[in-house]
Amino acid sequence: MNWMVPFLKSSLGRKLIMSLTGLFLCLFLVVHLAGNFQLLKSDGGEAFNTYTYFMTHNPLIKLISYFTYFFILLHTFQGLVLYFHNRSARGAAYLDKHPSKTTFASRNMALLGSVIFLFLIVHMGDFWFKMKRGILAKVSYEGYDQIDDLYTRVTAAFDQWWIVLFYVAGMGFLGFHLQHGFQSAFQSLGLNHPKYTPWIKNTGIVFCILISAGFAIIPIIQYFSK
Amino acid sequence: MELDSKIPPGPIAEKWTRFRSTVPLVAPQNKRRLEVIVVGTGLAGASAAASLGELGYHVKCFTFHDSPRRAHSIAAQGGINAAKNYANDGDSIFRLFYDTIKGGDYRAREANVHRMAEVSVNIIDQCVAQGVPFAREYGGLLENRSFGGVQVSRTFYARGQTGQQLLLGAYSALSRQISLGSVKMYNRHEMMDLVLVDGKARGIIVRNLVTGKLERFGAHAVILATGGYGNVYYLSTNAMGSNVSAAWKAVKRGALMANPCFTQIHPTCIPVSGDYQSKLTLMSESLRNDGRVWVPKKMEDVHAIREKKKKATDIPEEDRDYYLERMYPSFGNLVPRDVASRAAKKVCDEGRGVNATGLAVYLDFASAIERFGKSQANVKGIQNPDAATIRKLGEAVISEKYGNLFEMYEKIVGEDPYKTPMMIYPAIHYTMGGLWVDYNLETNIPGLFALGECNFSDHGANRLGASALMQGLADGYFVIPYTIGTFLSKEIRTPATDTASPEFDKVEKDVRDRIDHLLSVQGKQSVESLHRQLGKIMWDHCGMARNREGLEQARIQIRQLRDTFWKEVYVPGKALEFNPELDKANRVADFMELGEMLVVDALDRNESCGGHFREEYQDSEGEALRRDDLYAYVSAWAWNDSNMELTKEALKFENVELKSRSYK
Amino acid sequence: MKLTLKVWRQADPQAKGRFETFSVNANEHMSFLEMFDVLNEELLAEKKEPIAFDHDCREGICGACSMVINGQAHGPLGGTTTCQLHMRHFKDGDIIVVEPFRASAFPVIKDLVVDRSSFDRIIQAGGFISVNTGQAPDGNAIPVERDKAGAAFDAAACIGCGACVAACPNASAMLFTAAKVSHLALLPQGQIERKTRVKNMVNQMDIEGFGKCSNTYACEAECPKEISVDYIARMNREYFAAVIAGE
Repeated sequence: MNWMVPFLKSSLGRKLIMSLTGLFLCLFLVVHLAGNFQLLKSDGGEAFNTYTYFMTHNPLIKLISYFTYFFILLHTFQGLVLYFHNRSARGAAYLDKHPSKTTFASRNMALLGSVIFLFLIVHMGDFWFKMKRGILAKVSYEGYDQIDDLYTRVTAAFDQWWIVLFYVAGMGFLGFHLQHGFQSAFQSLGLNHPKYTPWIKNTGIVFCILISAGFAIIPIIQYFSK
Repeated sequence: MELDSKIPPGPIAEKWTRFRSTVPLVAPQNKRRLEVIVVGTGLAGASAAASLGELGYHVKCFTFHDSPRRAHSIAAQGGINAAKNYANDGDSIFRLFYDTIKGGDYRAREANVHRMAEVSVNIIDQCVAQGVPFAREYGGLLENRSFGGVQVSRTFYARGQTGQQLLLGAYSALSRQISLGSVKMYNRHEMMDLVLVDGKARGIIVRNLVTGKLERFGAHAVILATGGYGNVYYLSTNAMGSNVSAAWKAVKRGALMANPCFTQIHPTCIPVSGDYQSKLTLMSESLRNDGRVWVPKKMEDVHAIREKKKKATDIPEEDRDYYLERMYPSFGNLVPRDVASRAAKKVCDEGRGVNATGLAVYLDFASAIERFGKSQANVKGIQNPDAATIRKLGEAVISEKYGNLFEMYEKIVGEDPYKTPMMIYPAIHYTMGGLWVDYNLETNIPGLFALGECNFSDHGANRLGASALMQGLADGYFVIPYTIGTFLSKEIRTPATDTASPEFDKVEKDVRDRIDHLLSVQGKQSVESLHRQLGKIMWDHCGMARNREGLEQARIQIRQLRDTFWKEVYVPGKALEFNPELDKANRVADFMELGEMLVVDALDRNESCGGHFREEYQDSEGEALRRDDLYAYVSAWAWNDSNMELTKEALKFENVELKSRSYK
Repeated sequence: MKLTLKVWRQADPQAKGRFETFSVNANEHMSFLEMFDVLNEELLAEKKEPIAFDHDCREGICGACSMVINGQAHGPLGGTTTCQLHMRHFKDGDIIVVEPFRASAFPVIKDLVVDRSSFDRIIQAGGFISVNTGQAPDGNAIPVERDKAGAAFDAAACIGCGACVAACPNASAMLFTAAKVSHLALLPQGQIERKTRVKNMVNQMDIEGFGKCSNTYACEAECPKEISVDYIARMNREYFAAVIAGE
């Protein structure tokens, strides 16, 4: 295994970590979004709360969630390492900066990512941490006794316009981050093909729009349907 | 002085084989103790340094560029010849040999040319193995095309960038030896002088161009692969940095310069557009396959064009003079380079040049576009096509054939050559002359070798297309690794050269004195402006057509200019710093001397052959008149400020018959 | 046309640089470098120090010329080196900012001249096929698929100018390295050393202190030979195959 550490510290090794963790987190976003849609069910939160209970108590899911936390931290840490290294590799900055056909997102991944990370801290502090501390109200359904009523907490939060705005803005950042990140991950992995790469790029665009719009639409609907 | 060309005995086809089997060898353990300096990293230098490194010699390699990959071999477009006969069209080593001798107007040494033709086949193999991406047929085999002056397809190519790909191949071989430690590479180091010890070349003084420091390097032998001297004309297709200095320093230390007046002028270059012009860009010779060359018949049209009152397309067919077709009905627009160049000069001298400077002729694709357009319409079954359709179809064909050249032209000139004819004019392109070398590529200074364009040996008075790359690589890969043994086998007991010796002290002092002198003049004229003046004298009097009167005048003018240079030149800055003006001054100072030698050689050669056209020596129809009875020799010149000394090496032609060329 | 130039001046690698402003009369037919020649002639006439810049062939192939012009390596025209950029692409009265290629791995030597020997060292690390002179089999003994030869050529067209590094926000040399790796990996001759080559070249690229690729594709946009970033993906693939799957 003496090849592993140098490999992971090489420029391409670091890129590999970024792309694999990034793609895993993309998958996580899909699952998360699917769960979130249960907030829109008009069943008083039963589906959402039982889903939440399942996600926090199934041993396999729990294991996966630890991986997710780890990958988020790794992705962030690695991204920052790359950012600072790249800045020093440039040395002096140009007086005249020219975007040269690059996208806003591609040039600002570190910034977008940092904002998303801060968003995550606030987001988890607001919901997940409160649930973990057991200060949420309890609710019972058939087959579920006294489980956390996250639904009520979430809908209460989305009654406030500024929280909705915060979430919508956060999803804007996420959208841009994904716009570049999704297809970039495939390029970093070397998965490039004249026939399939355009397809991946298009999927990336659709993905970033669907994910960010999907997450953003929920608080908006909740706010206006109160 | 007697010149011994050391041509091995025997029939021409066996000379090289016999030589290789009998040449003294240097044993591996001795190679490790021998040091070789290679100056220059073009095709010849890089391939030589790499090959000698592979053999086990300690090689020190120098370039004034920031990387070996920048040498001007990189700019060669067309291709590289080799007698592979892959096209099954009757090519052979002898045919390549014969074409080269004939193309060179019978002024090259038979034995050297035959050897080049022999090893040409190995070059292709070597380059393919290195990963040079040559053009391929659909079956995966190597593709060939035809080039000027020959009747077979023997030119291998990599799009329009053959020189680049071959140089990158040699550069990669060199890089490998650098990584293995057998070659030590010195970038941004320019050779300033040659050091002789006991009459043998034992080292060089170089200037570190970044720090300005002079450094000494010793070796058992010195190889110069420093290219040609076309920039003595200031404007040429050479790179800005191309210079004669390394070779010239050898001449100043006693080496002979052979046939300096053999310079090649390429007919299809983009014309000069103004005084600020720094260099000329070549447009591939292949364009003359489909372009027709013309100037207006009437002077009023010429004036109208120059004043931009009329465009080329406004001149009706009957008022155009397709002068190549008129003068050379059988070859037309496809006459050889020297003939086409002289004809362009003639019509421009008559005042019929078509740009503001009066030095340009048209290269017109309109009739080719129409011809191709009609034929395409026919192929596509379009009945009675209108003019626009024909034009569109025709332009598509032209674009497929010459697209990248048309693009390059438009980039530089800013005119669309599909719509208006290109403007072209001849320009200095290559120098066949160079350091005199024997069969071993050794100069008359023992231990000093010259390879590639730097020597004179293979192209006679005119070089054929796609032969420069062949010669550079032949010399570097396949000739010098053997022939250097003739010298080094006697040096195995010679210890490493002591660079602290008085010989090195003396030469370094000479170099330092000259640099100090250049910096101390503090005159009013820039190096560039003086170089430009020299170029004008050379071009006006020793360019496409030369005559005694003009040459004699030129010699006086060059002398005067040289005096002016040393009195008037302004070189800013200091010796011990990165100082590009000082680098240029060093080079131009040498051109001032070489220019004179070139003129002296042109004066001596009272005949017209190849690139050297003396107006006094033409036949009744204005064609070049070669004088084989008097001038079938190599002129080898020793520098002497007051009286340059000529040594002649008689050329014996035992395998080809001397004929005169006709393209009428 | 009258132009104002803001040019980076730096006496030597250690010196602190600054911008200096010049005005110059150009003509639309000049190349960008000829405009600099004219300016330098004027400076010399005033006994001032001319601006140092790298250049040689002036026909777009040697890769010596550099310069970042108005924020773009080799200036505003796509697929063009500075030496082939003509002044007709500028307007009378323009202010043009000219800076050296900036990267820690390309230290400034003087003014606009930078040291790109790091590129040489990347090639020395493995950008070759180990074949000694005279060892080669017949050229046609190694057939190469026409399209593959074309793709190899497209990669080999790299002139090693360093515009990719200059353009990249991260000063990454991925496009340069990938072009060489791909050129040789695409050819049958390059197969033997395929794995060691990519490992060694990437390793050297890292040692030289170039930045890491973040797939902005600025390199492709400013590459004077328009080399595709697809080659970067290819190199990534080659590298992972060599390191992870290699024995």
